[in-house]
Amino acid sequence: MNPEKVVFGFFIVLALTLNFGFFIGEIDNPDHHHVWELFVVIIVNLVATVLKFGDRSHMGALLLATSLVAMIQLFAAGLIWTIAAHATAAGMTPAVMASIVSLSGGAMIANVISVVLLVIETFTLRR
Amino acid sequence: MARVRSRDQEAAQASMGNIVYLIMRRMRTPLLVLISTYAVAMAGMVLIPAQDAAGHPVPYNFFHAFYFVSYMSTTIGFGELPENFTDAQRIWVSLMIFASVAVWLYAIGTLIRLLQDVSLQRAIRERRFRRRVRRLRDPFYLVCGHGQTGDALVRTLTDRHEHAVVIDIDEARINQLKLDDHREYVPALCADARHPRALEVAGLQHPLCKGVVALTNVNESNLKIAIAAKLMHPDIRVICRADSHDVEANMASFGTDHIYDPFDTFAMDLAIAIEAPCLALLSNWLSGFEGEPLDVPIFPPRDGRWVLCGYGRFGKAIYRHLNEQGLSLTVIEARPDRTGMPKDGVIHGRGTEAVTLEQAGIHEAVGLVAGTDNDADNLSIIMTALELNPTLFVVARQNHKHNQILFERVGAQVVMIPSSIIADRIRVRLGVPLLSEFLTHARFEDETWACELVSRIAGLVEEQVPHVWEIQVDEYHAPALYRASQEGVELTIAHLMSDSHDRDSVLPAIVLMRRHGETRELLPDAQARLRMGDHLLLCGALAVRHSMDWTLQDPNVLDYVLTGNTRPGGWIWRWLAQRGRSEPNP
Repeated sequence: MNPEKVVFGFFIVLALTLNFGFFIGEIDNPDHHHVWELFVVIIVNLVATVLKFGDRSHMGALLLATSLVAMIQLFAAGLIWTIAAHATAAGMTPAVMASIVSLSGGAMIANVISVVLLVIETFTLRR
Repeated sequence: MARVRSRDQEAAQASMGNIVYLIMRRMRTPLLVLISTYAVAMAGMVLIPAQDAAGHPVPYNFFHAFYFVSYMSTTIGFGELPENFTDAQRIWVSLMIFASVAVWLYAIGTLIRLLQDVSLQRAIRERRFRRRVRRLRDPFYLVCGHGQTGDALVRTLTDRHEHAVVIDIDEARINQLKLDDHREYVPALCADARHPRALEVAGLQHPLCKGVVALTNVNESNLKIAIAAKLMHPDIRVICRADSHDVEANMASFGTDHIYDPFDTFAMDLAIAIEAPCLALLSNWLSGFEGEPLDVPIFPPRDGRWVLCGYGRFGKAIYRHLNEQGLSLTVIEARPDRTGMPKDGVIHGRGTEAVTLEQAGIHEAVGLVAGTDNDADNLSIIMTALELNPTLFVVARQNHKHNQILFERVGAQVVMIPSSIIADRIRVRLGVPLLSEFLTHARFEDETWACELVSRIAGLVEEQVPHVWEIQVDEYHAPALYRASQEGVELTIAHLMSDSHDRDSVLPAIVLMRRHGETRELLPDAQARLRMGDHLLLCGALAVRHSMDWTLQDPNVLDYVLTGNTRPGGWIWRWLAQRGRSEPNP
């Protein structure tokens, strides 16, 4: 067992599960999507991205690319939340919530691809 | 120690591929630590409530927490707080301030150390060099070894607007090259040319690479370069320096195009100097280093017997060439069983003792060649022989560069240094190909012709090696001449030779040769017509060349040279001039 692989797999899967947890619920209901969940999703995704740094294989490059996509989506979601909550008069409206959640949905698809790639890589190792 | 080695390996790999990966890999840990510290600090700030002006608890949100942690950890410290802190928050912040500042410094420190890393910098330099070579859009020569020879070759090439790429193993020489002011940009890399990868990086497989010149002072390296060049880019020209027959034969076996053997070349030059001193001097002057003082003529004695010490590679070459000239030679050799011997036998001995030299008849001899492969022996031979017979003409073979100062003092008229002989040949062949042809053809002329030319050259420049250059008379290199000849103007060499400031005076230069297609004409007549497609070889001062370039390129200057008019340049002035002529004053 390679401890590096355990940590790597752990963070990639955790990124997906947390992302799913944030995403699930009525899309425009702020009660169904907690800010702490988004915070943890962003942190775990950041860690997963950094863990993928420096892998020179083709698979590694693809994994990094999916992570970067997820990061862009999540950063956009966080930015929208911050601006809506602090810099607009209207505050958090259902429309804003919907766009935040749909952005995190996009990030989730990227995370799903990450996990699928990880599974494929594990199978090709044949050990 | 092990860590250092693995880093070097990493850097070596990175130089092949992507440096970004190396940076990312090394930054992985600092970034992870940074992210987790931020996360913990922010989480704490959000969990512990702050208080508003009235003292009611107000929770921090993530935006405020991020804002505060960002300026805390970078120690920017604005002193502006989103909400007032409670004591619980102050406790948390005083813990976090140490953690986050330390982590931030650690991350920045790692990044800076990474950028200062020698192996990484080398990788970055190599990458930049590779990119520059790849972007070359003109044919170029790959020069391996940037010693005196390489430097002179690169300068000659760039002066003719040809391109060169340089590899040298010595960092100092590469830095020197970068300081030098060349007319064309010369990409240079400090690398070991024995590694095929270094050659590949330097553009050996580039479609525009015209040739490889192996000039390092190590035979084995040159051999390796030649092999790599022939394998990696078979149709390329490979020019090599070789100091031994073995290496030479080895190089020739796989088709190296030009191999220069210093011994044979020198022996032939010596034979020419004996037969035709002026011709030897001519060749010496024209192919010397520009701006250096002219060599004094040497007159090796033609009548009388020569004593030749050492019958190795050098001795054999000298023996063959001098024998062809009809000179009589006495050979001294210590190990004739190993080297073989000429048909009229040898005198056994090293030549360092008076006995052996006397046996060889040093008292009646006119010349001495000290040609063993041992510098101490050669010096000793010369000193002993000159004591016995001070009138000897002495030719010395210098094997090692560091003995130069001794050979300068020993009293030899000619010192043969293998490396510089080759250097000159290659420099001339690549740099001024017409000069190479000229010198070959000049050998068929008689001695008085050469003596006359030598005295004319001596009159051109003051005790300095003249500038030798080529002119191509065609549309691209001489647009003014091209236009004039399209208009049907008869152009002669004399026009080219007249001063562009004062057409009545003649520029101090000599047209040495004219080539048109396959015909070659030495010292063409001044009244000879210039044709498009002519290649001219000239020598004179550098300033003359600049003056001549005006005539070649500027139609107005050419018009002045042809007719004496100073024609107005712009079309308005030309139109006014025409008006003035067509409307005579009432």
